[in-house]
Amino acid sequence: MNKVLFFAHLRDEAGVESAEIEAAGKTVAQLKEIVAETYKLGKLDSAMAAINEEFAPNEEVIQEGDVIAFIPPVSGG
Amino acid sequence: MNYEIAKENIDIQSVIDKVVQREAGAITTFIGTVRELTKGKKTLYLIYEAYESMAVKKLEQIGNEIKERWEGAEVAITHRVGKLDITDVAVVIAVSTPHRADAYEANRYAIERIKEIVPIWKKEHWEDGQEWIGDQLERVAYPSGKPEAGDLNE
Repeated sequence: MNKVLFFAHLRDEAGVESAEIEAAGKTVAQLKEIVAETYKLGKLDSAMAAINEEFAPNEEVIQEGDVIAFIPPVSGG
Repeated sequence: MNYEIAKENIDIQSVIDKVVQREAGAITTFIGTVRELTKGKKTLYLIYEAYESMAVKKLEQIGNEIKERWEGAEVAITHRVGKLDITDVAVVIAVSTPHRADAYEANRYAIERIKEIVPIWKKEHWEDGQEWIGDQLERVAYPSGKPEAGDLNE
């Protein structure tokens, strides 16, 4: 299983902070599609993904146990 | 612990103290504060949220980038999360270097990088609503829709 984390507006839209999803073997892009459909997330295309706390490109393949975070454009500072 | 996410008021002096070194001829300190008016719109307060474990890593990455670019630099960064009122301190960046020009440049670099790669978000609360802010630099955060190669895992 994989833990998926949502932040900022994505968390508000999804209505949950995290979810458990079977994502091993899927790419980040494939997981984005699944999550966008499951949680009705409109703006997921503009979100970055991080795997185990490092930015990951859309084509990266997710491994068993990886923690995936969807990261909307940041606004710190 | 030169890179921290704080849930309470930031003690500015304690951030500065972390970069004191005998080799330094300059320490620059950037203090980011909560502004009341943005393009004429009045902010009541902000909520900052972080993906804390990753945010600390990315702050450390920025510090390491600075140490590679500016020889002899020491860096400390603390970013606040939670509810912040107008004039509250949101971020403190301290950089020390042997010479002052480097300290100014490197400090500016740090705040610009924070706005690019550190997973922290602010939610603006106005009199007539609230919104998560995603393009604080008033441009698309990632022009290609994702960080450029240089932003990944450096």
